[in-house]
Amino acid sequence: MITDTLVNGLATWPVVIPLGAAAVTLLVRRWAALQRGVMEAAVVAMVGSAALLLVRTTSNGTIVMKFGGWDRPFGVTFVADVLSATLCVAAGIVALAVAIFARADVRARRRRAGFDPLFLGMLAAVNGAFLTGDLFNLYVWFELMLVTALGLVTLDRRRAQIDGAIRYAAMSMMGATFMLVGIGLLYGEAGTLDLMHLSTTLAGRVPSVTSSVAAYLLLAGLVLKAGIFPLFFWLPASYHTAPISVAAALAGLLTKVAFYACLRVFVVVFGVGTGTAVVSGLPPLFALLAAATMLVSVLAAIAQVDVRRLLAFHIVGQVAYLMMGLALASEQGNAAAIFYTVHTMLVQTGLFLGAGAIARAAGGYDLRALGGLIREHPRFSVLFAVLALSISGVPPLSGFWAKALVIDAAFRSGTSGAGWLVAAALVTGFLTLYSMSVLWTQAFWRPRTREGHTARQIPTAMVAGVALLAACTLGLGVAIEPAVRLSRVAAIQLRSGATMPNGVTSVGTARTLR
Amino acid sequence: MSIVYAFVAAGLVGCGLYMVLSRHIVRMVLGLSLLTTAVNLVLFQAGRIRTAQPPLIVDGAERLGESADPVPQALVLTAIVIGFALTVILAALALRAWRGHGTLRSDELHSARDLGNPLASGPDVDH
Repeated sequence: MITDTLVNGLATWPVVIPLGAAAVTLLVRRWAALQRGVMEAAVVAMVGSAALLLVRTTSNGTIVMKFGGWDRPFGVTFVADVLSATLCVAAGIVALAVAIFARADVRARRRRAGFDPLFLGMLAAVNGAFLTGDLFNLYVWFELMLVTALGLVTLDRRRAQIDGAIRYAAMSMMGATFMLVGIGLLYGEAGTLDLMHLSTTLAGRVPSVTSSVAAYLLLAGLVLKAGIFPLFFWLPASYHTAPISVAAALAGLLTKVAFYACLRVFVVVFGVGTGTAVVSGLPPLFALLAAATMLVSVLAAIAQVDVRRLLAFHIVGQVAYLMMGLALASEQGNAAAIFYTVHTMLVQTGLFLGAGAIARAAGGYDLRALGGLIREHPRFSVLFAVLALSISGVPPLSGFWAKALVIDAAFRSGTSGAGWLVAAALVTGFLTLYSMSVLWTQAFWRPRTREGHTARQIPTAMVAGVALLAACTLGLGVAIEPAVRLSRVAAIQLRSGATMPNGVTSVGTARTLR
Repeated sequence: MSIVYAFVAAGLVGCGLYMVLSRHIVRMVLGLSLLTTAVNLVLFQAGRIRTAQPPLIVDGAERLGESADPVPQALVLTAIVIGFALTVILAALALRAWRGHGTLRSDELHSARDLGNPLASGPDVDH
């Protein structure tokens, strides 16, 4: 009985640990060192619990935690399947790298301003969104993510940060409003909010106007939060104003959580590509959005001269590849998107942390003023090159496999227009390589622009944070076999809705309310 | 009754969207709070408007009878709290913007845009 509770409770640990630690860090706010210690311990414990969760879900199957003992679909549940657990582990690694990097970047003043509790609160929200099995609960985690992210962006209270945060907050609130109307309409239609039960309820229905409107409203909200083409402009308008540790955490986590929600909502609830599509015409729309996002964002990235703004546009471009995996509406497409999500979480954060280290060494983010860093920092320049090559898709790094899997899935899916999508993906990949080469050569390779100005030391903590993520992308690229197998298992579970634990045979017929 | 609610919600959404499009930040904040109110009405209506009977299933029955579904009402409570919190945060940001920039017009707020702007002349030194 007690072991049962502990095992089922395991699904809540990645949320409970950071949330509890956030409360503790608030209590010890006066002692910056203690606060930092609590935050770091909590992040390590969170990574541990996520890894444990991944081991358990791969060996014993899905874990379902029912709050208050209410059976599905009446209560709120946490459902930890392979997909959720994998993403929790990736988020944990990202958090760990940021926590290490923050030792050198986030000083006592920022810690007093509340870096630790806000960071932990955001991690709890991210893991909560990954683990929840309830649509409204997902919305609540999104809002917690937004609130904590706003606090983190405005940590220094600079004018640019306030300006950026207003843009970010206004757009995200609009997105949340769209999502919430969609959720409300869906509840009115199906009488449930449990993701699994929504799927079974809607599957047998004749497509109705309500469910179509709900699907498009949810799409608008999630696409806004994921930073997809017509609605991504808030992202490069705000991320570059944040302290660099914060920007790195946001870059690695938030847009990917929104894409994860897209996967759950559109594959599980609306049955995109599972043969029980509730709303028709979604995959071509996804493909259009993905292609437009890729091309627009990479062209915008090439025009940038500020490293942070350049990388912010690349976040958008990489999310478009995830969208492409979803647009293929096939098992391989979903598996590729899942692998790509893990890859891009690690690499985006690594690049932003690398940008922070560059700025520490050279005194600024402006590419026109950078140069010659390879002389003082040869090892760091190799680390940064690994991440830059990974995002551009050079073998044997994980970025190559991620792109190869998505493009392979596109050819196999046989959907009309897949060729165009692949062309857009390849052109974007090439332009990304160009953009990253320019960044690397201008920062490291070319002669110093300002004579007599020597680069400063990069603290060990900064290099360690970047090195952790560079090692991860290299490791993921070398150990490609098990990683691909894991992402396939995750995709199969996602699509078959095999989230039923051993004890629960079916969701059962819910009490129909009308 | 439902149709009245629907039209009220639609009207609120219309007013909210119009105000969100304003260049004045305070008007935008008010517009967003109008929008969240409208969404709450939609959520409320998802539970149907029925009699005032308590939502209890009678012994032996499978259905909820004549009373309204209580779940959306719980959702509305949560949504009110969240909407309120976000409006307060946005208002606080607007206040800081007023103190820092001396303006509340979004086209006159451009410190985020100027930070690392590729079209600005010369490299910026203050990062």
